[in-house]
Amino acid sequence: MSEQKIDGFELKPGFKGMASDTGSDQTMFKGVHWGKAMMWIFLLSDTFVFSCFLISYMKGRGSTIVDWPNTSEVFSLYVGGVPVPLLLIAIMTFVLITSSGTMALAVKYGYEKNRKMCGWLILATAVGGLTFVGMQVFEWSKLIHEGVRPWGNPFGASQFGSFFFMITGFHGFHVSIGVIFLFIYTYKVFAGHYESKKRGWFTKMKGDYVEIEILGLYWHFVDLVWVFIFAFFYLW
Amino acid sequence: MSDEYDNNKSYKAQSSEVMDGSTGSINPDIDYVRPAEVGEQDLYHGHSFIEKWVFCQDAKVIGVQYFLTAVFTGIVGLILSWLMRLQLGFPELAGFMTAEHYYQFVTMHGMIMVVYFLTALFLGGFGNYLIPLMVGARDMVFPYVNMLSFWMFFVAVAVLMASFFVPGGPTGAGWTLYPPQTILEGTPGSGMGILLMLISLSLFVIGFTMGGLNYMITILQARTRGMTLMRMPLTVWGIFTATVLAMLAFPALLVSAIMMTLDKVLQTSFFMPTILKAGEVLEYGGGSPILFQHLFWFFGHPEVYIVALPAFGIVSDLISVHARKNIFGYRMMVWAIVGIGGLSFFVWAHHMYVSGMNPWFGFFFATTTLIIAVPTAMKVYNWILTLWRGNIRINTVMLWCLGFIVTFVNGGITGIFLGNVSVDVPLSDTYFVIAHFHMVMGIAPLMVIMGAVYHWFPLVAGKMLHEGLGKWHFWITFLGAYSIYFPMHYLGFIGVPRRYFEMYDSPYMTSAVGMNEFISIAAFIVGAAQFILVFNIIKTLKTGKKAEQNPWKANSLEWYTSTVPPEHGNFGERLPVVHRWPYDFSVPGAKDDFIPQTTAPSEVIHTEVEKT
Repeated sequence: MSEQKIDGFELKPGFKGMASDTGSDQTMFKGVHWGKAMMWIFLLSDTFVFSCFLISYMKGRGSTIVDWPNTSEVFSLYVGGVPVPLLLIAIMTFVLITSSGTMALAVKYGYEKNRKMCGWLILATAVGGLTFVGMQVFEWSKLIHEGVRPWGNPFGASQFGSFFFMITGFHGFHVSIGVIFLFIYTYKVFAGHYESKKRGWFTKMKGDYVEIEILGLYWHFVDLVWVFIFAFFYLW
Repeated sequence: MSDEYDNNKSYKAQSSEVMDGSTGSINPDIDYVRPAEVGEQDLYHGHSFIEKWVFCQDAKVIGVQYFLTAVFTGIVGLILSWLMRLQLGFPELAGFMTAEHYYQFVTMHGMIMVVYFLTALFLGGFGNYLIPLMVGARDMVFPYVNMLSFWMFFVAVAVLMASFFVPGGPTGAGWTLYPPQTILEGTPGSGMGILLMLISLSLFVIGFTMGGLNYMITILQARTRGMTLMRMPLTVWGIFTATVLAMLAFPALLVSAIMMTLDKVLQTSFFMPTILKAGEVLEYGGGSPILFQHLFWFFGHPEVYIVALPAFGIVSDLISVHARKNIFGYRMMVWAIVGIGGLSFFVWAHHMYVSGMNPWFGFFFATTTLIIAVPTAMKVYNWILTLWRGNIRINTVMLWCLGFIVTFVNGGITGIFLGNVSVDVPLSDTYFVIAHFHMVMGIAPLMVIMGAVYHWFPLVAGKMLHEGLGKWHFWITFLGAYSIYFPMHYLGFIGVPRRYFEMYDSPYMTSAVGMNEFISIAAFIVGAAQFILVFNIIKTLKTGKKAEQNPWKANSLEWYTSTVPPEHGNFGERLPVVHRWPYDFSVPGAKDDFIPQTTAPSEVIHTEVEKT
């Protein structure tokens, strides 16, 4: 393994090298911005939140006394009178994954100090997120219209509605928070706050393009969680 | 780390970088510390009264805010315990109290003491105050988020207290909040009370997450030059590991609180099975009450260590300083803390032996539970070996530490009883359990808190607390606490159940009545004795003698700030540079019996100090 230098610190190879690097003074993760480390640890904690939700869902679905609704029927859309299972969800997933791509490009252009490009790509990500939330609203209202409620539904076990609205709602809440921040950062990038070292409204701290990467971490996480929700609710 | 030193030697050629000015070194090679990786922290200094004392971003002020708020809730919890003891010891004097009141007091006492008092005090209070000072940082890494963390906690406490004043009063379901009874009519506070409790817990978790991120990143990424992981005071290790536990355990509490709120508000059936009430089937059905127990205890057991680990860390530092001896087996202590933290995620179902589960499941959890005794016992031996042949100063701080060790061993041994399924089943839900967990996670951490208050008060306020009053406070509390909880073991063995409002004419009442009266009187006295500390603090702030800098002759960085009490930014112009661990006490050949962490190796080259 070749030796690597990060900000003047020589990383040493091998397990012993790793132990002495992580145990060294000042920082454990060499060259990692404070905010980035914070986001990673927050996401670890958030992973536990979603894991608890999904494990509860598995347990709840496994122990109901009434049969679980047939999800390929409940979630299908009618196109010209023909039910197409997973149609809406496929589009939603596609939009969200695409927005992850634009986010990653925004991070790249941010670090290249390409302010305009970075701004447009964050805006595109925000619009993608907003579209996702919009489609989720459509899906919710369709299900509510068909009589699905958190406390019961005409298709089977009442826990179906409970878990569906709670978990997709909690995920949708994460997406919405992300969209709000994406719009805020679109403004900050276009207004050139990182170039002028303008201090934040609340925190009174100077920003940097690393904030775009931190926001990106959150956004990719929200997408990843969606993949699990997608698998557990729509494919199971 | 010894490896560090080897690394450092390879830097000999660059010794011109050594001139950091803080050491005035004679022999630059051995004093070399790597240059700073991260630039100076951008600090925002408050300008107005509001910015300096209310919505303050200084971790030290936030720490004191956390401390005072937690102590306020703790006093509420104390008063609730008095009311409970009044009912149990002297029911004829407690005519104003109904069974519903009693259950509400039990519930609120438990929840307040565990979550809003001990957790907030250790992590929010001591964590905020000590972490930046001990690792040599100017402040927490995200001061604004840190400020929000406290105010979120404050709102959580306000919501919790509000539940005393809503129709139906606070919830009376027991602090474990087991469904289905928690949200069903007939349980006190099953309306607004439980709702406010769940909202308050959710707010607490959100607020804590903000603080926890700060504690973790400050410790991991914002240490000063020379402060390696294995040179951190054990206090920091304890608080760090507890924070990791909290970040991973609180999600389960948050999720169970959200699900129960929906069960309550939207009539979902996450935790609610089919229920017959007065011949009628309720609208609930198909949910799993056991699921809640798993979620709750997945939070609940690590929570015990969230309270205990900071106490372990702090008491190690206090013992070392006041016995003038290095901590015995520092690395073992660190790994024991980390090991206990890791194991604590695999023992939760030992709280559920009587809930009904597969015997193999119980066998697994009994095994993991007993394994935790190994690192814990290592810690106790190391504390004793630290005292062994030390230059022990029997002052108030040391008394609290000794009290802690004895109490903790006592509570730990009853824990081994309860960890075994076959012993736990008959003892479950008796006073034996009450005695066990009050000893091990109530009184023992509280003793550390008291010791820590006497130890760090000179730093926070710049004045020395009165020793005589402190000793009275200790002895009354120590002897009183044993008078309360020792007899409870016996009550448990004769089968007195916990959470019962009164015993009526049960056969064991003849021997339990006198004992209950004795326990109650002791509880009143111990509770009142805590106000000696309040009096001591007020008196000291008014007329106490001024503390010199570093009155205990300790080594760790918090005593080497530019001013006492430290100002915002902590260390003045230059951050300290660390050359050693904080436990170099009574080193043969050294001028004093302590060598501060900032002392360069070349200054103590003639002593027998070891490389750390």
